[in-house]
Amino acid sequence: MQNYSNVLLNAIKSVTQNISLMEVCGTHTMAIARSGIRELLPSNIKLLSGPGCPVCVTSQGDIDAVIEMVRLNDIILLTFGDMMRVPGTRSSLQEERSRGADIRIVYSPLDALRVARENPEREVVFLGIGFETTTPAVAATLEEAREERLSNFSVFSLHKLVPPALEIIFSDPEIQVDGLICPGHVSAVTGIQPYETLAAKYGKPCVVTGFETVDILEGIFMLVNQLQKSQARAEIQYRRVVRADGNQVALDSINRVFEAVPVRWRGLGMIPYSGLRLRPEYSDMDARLRFNIPELEEIPIKGCACGAVLTGKILPTDCALFGQACTPLKPVGPCMVSHEGSCAAYYRYIPGREGTK
Amino acid sequence: MCLGVPGKVIELKENHRAIVDVNGNRAEISVRLTPDVKPGQYVLIHAGFAMEIMDESAAQETMQYLLEVLRYAELQ
Amino acid sequence: MKTDRVLMAHGSGGLMSQRLIDEIFKTAWNNEIMESMLDGAIFNIKPGRLAMSTDSFVITPLFFPGGDIGKLSICGTVNDLVACGARPLYLSTAFIIEEGLPISDLRQIARSMAQTAREAGVKLVTGDTKVVEKGKADGVFINTTGIGMIPEGIDYRPARIQPEDKVIVTGQVGDHGLAILAQREGLSFNTPALSDCAPLYQLGEIIERYGDAIRCMRDPTRGGLATVLNEIAVQAGLGIQVKATDIPVSAVVQGACDMLGMDPLYMANEGKMVIFASPESAGDICADLRRLPQAEGAAIIGSVSSKPAGMVLIETELGAQRILGMLEGEHVPRIC
Repeated sequence: MQNYSNVLLNAIKSVTQNISLMEVCGTHTMAIARSGIRELLPSNIKLLSGPGCPVCVTSQGDIDAVIEMVRLNDIILLTFGDMMRVPGTRSSLQEERSRGADIRIVYSPLDALRVARENPEREVVFLGIGFETTTPAVAATLEEAREERLSNFSVFSLHKLVPPALEIIFSDPEIQVDGLICPGHVSAVTGIQPYETLAAKYGKPCVVTGFETVDILEGIFMLVNQLQKSQARAEIQYRRVVRADGNQVALDSINRVFEAVPVRWRGLGMIPYSGLRLRPEYSDMDARLRFNIPELEEIPIKGCACGAVLTGKILPTDCALFGQACTPLKPVGPCMVSHEGSCAAYYRYIPGREGTK
Repeated sequence: MCLGVPGKVIELKENHRAIVDVNGNRAEISVRLTPDVKPGQYVLIHAGFAMEIMDESAAQETMQYLLEVLRYAELQ
Repeated sequence: MKTDRVLMAHGSGGLMSQRLIDEIFKTAWNNEIMESMLDGAIFNIKPGRLAMSTDSFVITPLFFPGGDIGKLSICGTVNDLVACGARPLYLSTAFIIEEGLPISDLRQIARSMAQTAREAGVKLVTGDTKVVEKGKADGVFINTTGIGMIPEGIDYRPARIQPEDKVIVTGQVGDHGLAILAQREGLSFNTPALSDCAPLYQLGEIIERYGDAIRCMRDPTRGGLATVLNEIAVQAGLGIQVKATDIPVSAVVQGACDMLGMDPLYMANEGKMVIFASPESAGDICADLRRLPQAEGAAIIGSVSSKPAGMVLIETELGAQRILGMLEGEHVPRIC
């Protein structure tokens, strides 16, 4: 494997063209940072981070809304660990928990269902966050809750869809991207069709890539190879997991439970048909309706450039707050809070970064 | 946003559940999204659900294909 | 004991307190110092340098695969003394017990402590018990404080570490952290991983023979290997480089961490040591350590340099270097 990785790396290094590739998926940002690929790539090949971090792109108003719900109601809130430290305007879930709110970390939405079964007299809310990888799991959980006729379980949906955001990226004249490293597990659900559309429309190659170091090298190699041949196709590198048709069972589950609505993405603004809300048939399990959560106004954080970072317009190190006012210990925006946020990855993993001890 | 890990399906249970083995760890997950899965197959696990049945031979095929591409490029 | 649960009365100092101490603790820990039943322990020691260490244990669950809070409370303090270069001698212990704790649990914990203390060659010489109302403690909180003697010529401190020194870890990391995590409510998975909780005094004896070739030792408990390396890098004012592929992690621990989105390098260990040693002796030290069951996986994982001072770098499988930083916030399961 070591040898094969080096073969790929050398082949990539032999390319002299200036190439900018965007890794859409936050887990890719993390994996790339952890493997050290960025240091080993030649300077003519740039990797930009895109908006594929569901925690990062959660608007501040949404986090405030969740906190409001927790403060005003006696509920058990179950969430993935990722969300605990994300800052709202004035507080975070971690802080609310220290103030006495019953907020618990779970690994799966099924764990939340179990808490609901075990606590029939309590209101149990699951904070649903994630793209197409996670949404089917939450949809399936809601269907199971419905089958069991659970009356104390609801979901606060912050789920979003990836393809509409990619459309925004590619159509923005300020963003210079030659090819796309497409998210491996999102694509296991969606299949390759969204990227075929994008590749055809914008003339950029798209490669669905896995998360091991060798996967990422193969993915970059395949993109660079296409660019050298002036091709713009959608390909799958991650064939051991991703099928061209995706997972129709998962897609059907999403469609039965959720519908696409316009939602605000941090840094990208309002994107039509990019968010998921529970359908009317599931409105009784929609926490927003159950607890009358209003749309809260978005108050921008002064100096926070998460938006520009998320769209690859600037590097984390270009943000004035990076490493000074904004560090993983005291993050300003989600790009630094989330383990996979571009800024967190830069801060943790790149030697010689600004603002180090 | 996609932490997923391969696991081997050991046993199918009722209510769309299955026991999987991840390097010796045993977990109970849902196979509701992969209803055709059989014991002995590998699945990609995310957030307590099997997302896809894995095809390990595909990794080998991709490597062979890319090495071919490289060889071809060298010959040019 | 007439009751099967600890009651507030057991902490009031009266007859019931006495009964608790006699039947649970003294029975388990009988030794001549304890026997004297004074307010404190009195013993003679040879003149020399003493080391003292204290630790409190608040772990839940109280019983876990590979041990319990009792065993942990002895190992934790014994190992801290060993890390100081001391031969552990005497331990005190204090209990804060939650009202309602089953007496059988307390008995089991006391027995574990006695057994572990015997294995480690230390004596439990004095103690204290208090009982608090239900809800004010997680079953039981235990503090142990220990003293040991440091032999002539032994001096383990970060300030003694030099550039070129090697970094050794005495075995696989992450097992204890994973064993505990798997017991947590909300995670339905079973792991064969056992806590590596063990007293390491024998390790201390082997290491002693190397004299000043040993610069510093520390046990990577809370926060794991990465945390300890960072602490020492800062305290020594030096840089540490480790190789990812040289750090021993079992496939079981790696698989579970991959599933939960966690990192073995930040998971707690209760039976491991990180040792900084001279480059000439590091190889022999590892070979010697591997003869011990608790250190059969001892390996050199990296080395020390003058720069970048205060930082830990890790070499990836591709040969690139990245920073192995401190943990910020809690280490929790994630999906991203």
